[in-house]
Amino acid sequence: MTGATLTPSTERAGVRPGAAKATRRAPRRGQRWIAWLFAAPAIAAYALFVLAPMVRTVQYSFYQWDGIGPSPWVGFGNYVRVFTDPELSGTIVHAFELIVFFSGIPVLLGLAIAATIRRIATSRLAAVARAVLFIPQVIPLVAAGIAWSWLLSSDGLVNQLLSAIGLKGVTRAWLGDLGTALPSVGVIGAWVLLGLCTLLLLSGMSKIDPALYEAARLDGAGPLREFFSITLPNLRQEIGVCVTVTVIAALASFDIIYIATQGGPGNTTMVPGLEIYYRAFVERQVGVASALAVVLVVLVLVCVLPIQRLTREES
Amino acid sequence: MIVQRREAWTGRVFLVLLMVATIVPFVSLFVTALHQSGTYPAGLEWPSKPHWENFLTAFTAAHMGELLGSSVLIVLGVVPVSLLLATMAGFAVGHLKMAGRRPVFLMFVLGLTLPYESIITPLYYQIRDMGLLNTRWAIILPLIGLFMPFGVFWMRAHFVTMPGDVSEAAQIDGANTWQQFWRIHVPLAMPAISSLAILLFLWTWNQFLLAIVLVDDPTQRTMAGALGAFQGQWGTDIPLLCAGSLLVLTPTYVIFLIFQRRFVSALLQGSLKG
Repeated sequence: MTGATLTPSTERAGVRPGAAKATRRAPRRGQRWIAWLFAAPAIAAYALFVLAPMVRTVQYSFYQWDGIGPSPWVGFGNYVRVFTDPELSGTIVHAFELIVFFSGIPVLLGLAIAATIRRIATSRLAAVARAVLFIPQVIPLVAAGIAWSWLLSSDGLVNQLLSAIGLKGVTRAWLGDLGTALPSVGVIGAWVLLGLCTLLLLSGMSKIDPALYEAARLDGAGPLREFFSITLPNLRQEIGVCVTVTVIAALASFDIIYIATQGGPGNTTMVPGLEIYYRAFVERQVGVASALAVVLVVLVLVCVLPIQRLTREES
Repeated sequence: MIVQRREAWTGRVFLVLLMVATIVPFVSLFVTALHQSGTYPAGLEWPSKPHWENFLTAFTAAHMGELLGSSVLIVLGVVPVSLLLATMAGFAVGHLKMAGRRPVFLMFVLGLTLPYESIITPLYYQIRDMGLLNTRWAIILPLIGLFMPFGVFWMRAHFVTMPGDVSEAAQIDGANTWQQFWRIHVPLAMPAISSLAILLFLWTWNQFLLAIVLVDDPTQRTMAGALGAFQGQWGTDIPLLCAGSLLVLTPTYVIFLIFQRRFVSALLQGSLKG
């Protein structure tokens, strides 16, 4: 992390050469103005296409609006609907269930895998692994969604394998079954995020002083003890990053679900992102969509800020 | 010693299993893409007669040439401008220590966590009122704004590590701030800028939500957005859909393989910073 703090020496960068010692303050004020000029275009782009829409989302959330006609003020009515209408509140429940898959599996499995392959992190096999494990990170999520939809379909490879090992009884259209659709979508997300988490954790482990491991071995520690006493405590930051990235991916999921299930069957895989899209652009309920959008932002912040605090404090 | 060797072997086995699990969906796509167009092939089964022409059919059916051109135009519209704005702002916040930098920086940092879905509705009406719906500008302009939190965060992280002496030396030679920025700081920041360029390219190329909401014509979209439309159109012709998906994901993966070293470190650092 390059979170260096401000040092007195860099503060001096603000002094212009022509400035006489006595009038030091004036040019520095000029420099501060120039700094604002440098930052202004970025602030303007951010304000125009992110902050302004965010303010408008909050504004829309208090009105009942179909996108065209008049828009009566409904106060917190849309928010009440978000939490009382089972279809809307259900999306939030689904998002949290997806966290188990998108976040839990990649982080826990990633830790186990990374700890096991730590010793060969520099071998040629590891180089090949990087090229392979990053595939889900560099291709469009839509393509991953299509690949998995086919894999999980009734004629897909998953069912073919199950039949081959004598489990023909459990085969089904995984994404079309009321009971398995959400976990199946979760597995796709876990697949997408596992490689990144594994490599991130591995690179964190490579920064741990090998002497620590040697000392532990000399003291007779086994692989498990080693993992819990050395690896885990030294990976706070990387684990925090993995959890943050994957939790946001779960709460704000859209691409995979849009492609794989479109929220169905029934509403079993409907998540907030997709619900916002449908309500705003298909059902023309802009107010409700916006209230859900505000709730989504708050949920992400409520989940992510404590993780940041927890993993940064002691580093 | 024996224990360690066994551990190394379990490590290798784990790694190979993980790689297999990563590749299998694509192998399945590839094998399916080679079947007779319009059929429902069963899982992993090599066709008696591979239909390589499916790739050509999908290429023309999806207007792949136009799509590539469109995606390149969008990337060219987004990435250079975003890099310039983010570098200048990162310089102001990280090196010039501008007055009031803390609230400004905090405002950008909060944007790091913002789900795009939460602003897509007003963005639609805003772009409509600007008369830009169904043009590539509808993707380009909002993306520049949406990339600012990460861009500024990334470039600030570079500029806070630059010692003030560098600028002071230039000042003594009579360079003003603008000249210092271009002649000294931008060249020194090139590694950070090029890593950021890689990430922004990837996120632009793969952008889906903005593409499907703000642009109806698939040939004006990004590759990912166009694939969504292609799925709607060819969703029932599995072999053709599989061929099309492979064609769409190939460009980014080829570029990844060429610039692998940079990509890996940019992606790992990128997630560490974000």
